[in-house]
Amino acid sequence: MDKGTLGAISTVLVAIAFAAVCWWAFSPKRKKRFEEDANLPFADEPNEREKQTEKNTPSTDDVARRN
Amino acid sequence: MSSNLVAAGDHPVYDYKVVRQFAIMTIVWGIVGMGVGVLIAAQLVWPQLNDLFQPYTHFGRLRPLHTNAVIFAFGGCALFGTSYYVVQRTCQAKLWGGWLVPFTFWGWQLVIVLAAITLPLGLTSSKEYAELEWPIDILIAIVWVSYALVFFGTIVKRKTSHIYVANWFYGGFILTVAILHIVNSAAIPVTWFKSYSAYAGAADAMVQWWYGHNAVGFFLTAGFLGMMYYFVPKQADRPVYSYQLSIVHFWALISIYIWAGAHHLHYSALPDWAQSLGMVMSLILLAPSWGGMINGIMTLSGAWHKLRTDPTLRFLVVSLSFYGMSTFEGPMMSIKTVNALSHNTDWTIGHVHSGALGWVAMISIGAVYHLLPILFGRKEMYSVKWINVHFWLATIGTVLYIASMWVNGIMQGLMWRAFNDDGTLTYSFVEAVQASYPGYFVRFIGGAFFLSGMILMAYNAYRTARAPKQVEAPANPEPQTV
Repeated sequence: MDKGTLGAISTVLVAIAFAAVCWWAFSPKRKKRFEEDANLPFADEPNEREKQTEKNTPSTDDVARRN
Repeated sequence: MSSNLVAAGDHPVYDYKVVRQFAIMTIVWGIVGMGVGVLIAAQLVWPQLNDLFQPYTHFGRLRPLHTNAVIFAFGGCALFGTSYYVVQRTCQAKLWGGWLVPFTFWGWQLVIVLAAITLPLGLTSSKEYAELEWPIDILIAIVWVSYALVFFGTIVKRKTSHIYVANWFYGGFILTVAILHIVNSAAIPVTWFKSYSAYAGAADAMVQWWYGHNAVGFFLTAGFLGMMYYFVPKQADRPVYSYQLSIVHFWALISIYIWAGAHHLHYSALPDWAQSLGMVMSLILLAPSWGGMINGIMTLSGAWHKLRTDPTLRFLVVSLSFYGMSTFEGPMMSIKTVNALSHNTDWTIGHVHSGALGWVAMISIGAVYHLLPILFGRKEMYSVKWINVHFWLATIGTVLYIASMWVNGIMQGLMWRAFNDDGTLTYSFVEAVQASYPGYFVRFIGGAFFLSGMILMAYNAYRTARAPKQVEAPANPEPQTV
């Protein structure tokens, strides 16, 4: 196999891998899971419950951001 | 209870002792490394400063000491400390490894001290950012493998089901640096203090800059992005802007960075196609870099007002702005025609420091300001006002530094390539050196600004650690060291 063919094949493979990562990350099925994962830095705090109630009344910015 | 343990109700017990040690040494080595940096900046303005204790204080011997001290001592301690903290907090598990944990601390300090002794003595393998001779390289490899065992051992025993993205970046950094160090340091020892690289010629150069650029990509970027993904959300008190983006960011960044090193060898004996590949990969790298920067900065969306009152957050966010600047500048400089102008000039030095001072140092400083009150069981730093003063000293210092080096670099590049009609050079080399003189002075001032901020930080940290113990109100039972 010459260098050009090898380059073409690897480019296609990398593009597929990139698309797969994007699909995996952004598929709506996993949206809720990732939102929970994003809160991991706050998960080990004793006052987590207070924060949760705060988050139940999100500011307009928060609402806009989540859409 | 022993002083290095923490307990908060039904929450896990964390090992904070090693984090505290690394946090303090981050400040100490920061002052040492940046102090040497200011000294060698002064040597370029006042060359007689080379003669303080010849040959040990010669610029050529102190420069690798400066780069090693700021990258591996200051940056390294910040990475060790924050990764040990973040992995425990996000995995809700105490550090795994028993004696390996203090071994990584004392082993790393020994590496730094050995570097500080051998480099001024002129013992060097002459590979950039990998100057240390082979016995120290072996010690680094042992400490680093221990670090990997502690870090991944802690991840294995985690109580959370998911591994938080900060740990992905830290983990990628630890694994890749182990591979880079071991491959690039392969050498044939001749004596205890002398070895020759296992590679030769252009292959040696390519291995060196594959290592060198990934020292930037993984040591100085991926590791500090791990820091960013924990401390920016934590300090802003809101989750990261898009967790999905952080996943794409991680895989794109690590899979592209590894190919970019060839841009250090443009117009060299390296095959032309390898140079072009390095350039193209460097250009593509802009996308994941900016994706990560936007993800970090947008975490503040809806909470921008916090920047007005929280200088620690200001450090973290401004570091991301400098990260965005230098990761735009980097791909631009990797374009061969731009590189033809910028290569070997002070522009490169300016670019490095835009990343090193603006991004790496500022995010580390922000993270340490976040950590110190927690590690010493205080509500906040002894003086929040001083954090703000430090922030401005650091910002002004960085801007002075990079602006003067841009001016110098572009001027040098233009002077070196200027030809007369008859084909002779318009300027001799020394004329370009003379023209650089004002820029060198401004750079020295900028470095002094940055260093003075670090000294203020050290005093603030000392007063925070020394302050009489506060009785915590039960309303805010943040995990405390007892």
